[in-house]
Amino acid sequence: MTGHSVQAEQDHLVSVIVRDEPKVLTRITALFGRRAYNIRSLSVGSTENPGVSRMTFVVTGNRGIVEQAMKQLEKLIDVVHVIDHSLEKFVDRELVLVKVLISNDTRVEVRHIAEDFRARIVDVGRHALTFEVTGDEGKITAFIEQMRPFGILETMRTGRVALTRGSNADIPSHVYHEGESAALRPTSMAVAPREQEAQTVENLF
Amino acid sequence: MSDQAGEQAAGQQPAAQQDMTGAKSLWATLAAHGVDTVFGYPGGAIMPVYDALTFYPEVRHVLCRHEQGAIHAAEGFAKATGRLGVCMATSGPGATNLVTGLADAMMDSVPLLAITGNVARHLIGTDAFQEADITGITLPITKHNYVVQDPDDLPRIVAEAIRIATSGRPGPVLVDIPKDVQLAAFGGEIVMPQAEPARMEPRPEAISAALELLRSAQRPVLMVGGGAQGATAEITEFARAWQIPTITTLMGLGGFPASDPLWLGMPGMHGSVAANNAISEADVLIGIGMRFDDRVTGRVKDFARRAQIIHVDLDAAEIGKIVHTQVSVRADAATAARALTKSAVPYLHPDWTRQIAEWKARDAAQTPQTWGAGYAVKAVTDRLRPDDILTTDVGQHQMLAAQLARFEKPRRWLTSGGLGTMGFGFPAGIGAAMAEPGVTSIVIAGDGGFQMTSQEFATLTKYSVNNVKICIINNSYLGMVRQWQELFHGKRYSEVYLGDSNPDFLKLAGAYNIEGFRATNETELPAAIDAWLAHPRSALLEIVVPQEHGVFPMVPAGAALYEMIETDPTDRQNQGEQVNK
Repeated sequence: MTGHSVQAEQDHLVSVIVRDEPKVLTRITALFGRRAYNIRSLSVGSTENPGVSRMTFVVTGNRGIVEQAMKQLEKLIDVVHVIDHSLEKFVDRELVLVKVLISNDTRVEVRHIAEDFRARIVDVGRHALTFEVTGDEGKITAFIEQMRPFGILETMRTGRVALTRGSNADIPSHVYHEGESAALRPTSMAVAPREQEAQTVENLF
Repeated sequence: MSDQAGEQAAGQQPAAQQDMTGAKSLWATLAAHGVDTVFGYPGGAIMPVYDALTFYPEVRHVLCRHEQGAIHAAEGFAKATGRLGVCMATSGPGATNLVTGLADAMMDSVPLLAITGNVARHLIGTDAFQEADITGITLPITKHNYVVQDPDDLPRIVAEAIRIATSGRPGPVLVDIPKDVQLAAFGGEIVMPQAEPARMEPRPEAISAALELLRSAQRPVLMVGGGAQGATAEITEFARAWQIPTITTLMGLGGFPASDPLWLGMPGMHGSVAANNAISEADVLIGIGMRFDDRVTGRVKDFARRAQIIHVDLDAAEIGKIVHTQVSVRADAATAARALTKSAVPYLHPDWTRQIAEWKARDAAQTPQTWGAGYAVKAVTDRLRPDDILTTDVGQHQMLAAQLARFEKPRRWLTSGGLGTMGFGFPAGIGAAMAEPGVTSIVIAGDGGFQMTSQEFATLTKYSVNNVKICIINNSYLGMVRQWQELFHGKRYSEVYLGDSNPDFLKLAGAYNIEGFRATNETELPAAIDAWLAHPRSALLEIVVPQEHGVFPMVPAGAALYEMIETDPTDRQNQGEQVNK
């Protein structure tokens, strides 16, 4: 009767809106470490609102673990809101820089492949080209696989970032006022149990 | 102080508000929030706060003899009253000595505010003298923590810390104040307390789902945890209205009156036969304000193996964390219990009632009849009056007290449940006694744990605390560890014998001018207890018990609740009983 269902381990995309307070990143990564949740990628940036940052995680685990991780995140005082992207349509992108080895023989072919992927050349070296590719995870993985035979010197991925589709903002604007923290939020903002909702979501990714 | 009097007479601002500093704003904010007692220990980096204290006579500072004593005393204060406990320490070692207490308060959801000093802002990060990254260290064991960077921000942070500590699921919050922030001129406003946030109401769909399940129940059982200590009236009414047999967890003891025939005792590793069997056989189990701790569930996959589970808790993260629940109700225990009482259908299933009565009879037969630790604990707990507070450390004496003491009211049983902290009982008992000078605070400790915080005798003496009665159950061993070694480690008693080096506890107490009594057998015991309790001041009772004693029933680690060992397999007690008969 464990709370964690027998679903297979999967990647789950979760965004978190946080107050820019000291140690907020530590609090979040420490929470993941302490409770043995796996983060596959984490990307952090400021938002349109001063004092508020947004993070997107890819958490690996079965649904039960990810549920727990999100609930534990909700409890952190500096966390304003947790967005479970499996519940709504979302757009997600990842940016990757890939440095590919080239020779006179391969230069043209490499550039052709890059054009197919709409990858931009951001640096040209005598023996290497550096590409910038943006897209969803599948596209980026495919690009890297295509380039691998030519020799990849190094890559850097930003990790996935995501936003919910449509005109609704993920959080009502009043939340931003006076840097109000999660603990002081009215209970009506509290997230309804996600278990039932999540069960209806077939393909989490 | 003469300055203060003179200026007040002249109709000017009192000195406390003059030359306002960060440190003074701390005391002003604490006082504004109704904090009247702070347990602490000064040191270099918090001296400005202690200096400012002299301007705030409305706050009583209790000087303990170790920061761990101070924080456990604050926990005892908080657990007994349900109010915020406050403790204070200096930077570095002072702050790290609070760590055990913070972890304890986190595990047991105790509303606690810890104030620590730190080195001046420009020294932070330079490995300065007595510097420790206490917010980093305590990050996983506090509900939240702060470093105050701006003196004008101090009252807001302290007010927010108090609100976080006391609202929702309570917990410890630490506020770290660099020394130069304490000293800095204060130009901000003192923040006054805000109205208490409303208790969280359950969602109606959740309540109707729970009611439906309860109505269908043939063998229901209710489990009440520490989160329901503020909802005793509502929960009692709920259980009685439905006639549901009720179990109180270790932290929930007193949350349902033990005299009620519906009460089945405590569940789990050393739980009662009735509680553990009722959980295993129930078809509907409703847990309120409890978190299915591993010591409660035994082997999780066989916990409540026949039951559909309704879980009521304020903390969404607890719901579905350990056990799969059919109905989850996220709400305050009191509002949920009230909502569940409204359309109660008294449950009357004679088979279940009969079955439970049979289990309860098996529990009753376990009552210690012959001399031993259990007998001693029972003799002491039998003397508890309804208002008396009982605190314990961790180990055999704790489990025996939990099994044998009978509580009619909440917040009278203060124990370290989640963290299992040795040395908790004595300072917690002092904190509780100082919060409620009119009641007797009985501390039951083992000979091992007591020595971890025995320095707090000095606190009793210093403040003439006269209502703490300490009882040491002395079996010369770390009894619970010894019991596990006996049962699961081939009787290899590795590093658990204390008898060759224990102090003379009466002399130890005497050194602090505390009277001591001793009983070594059942004949001496009644008179010793009488003298100990009748003594007009705080006093110690040492009960020397046989060295080898086990606590039963016991569910071995990893076993299911229904696989409990009901009686001592070594048959010490049963043999003794037969001989005596």
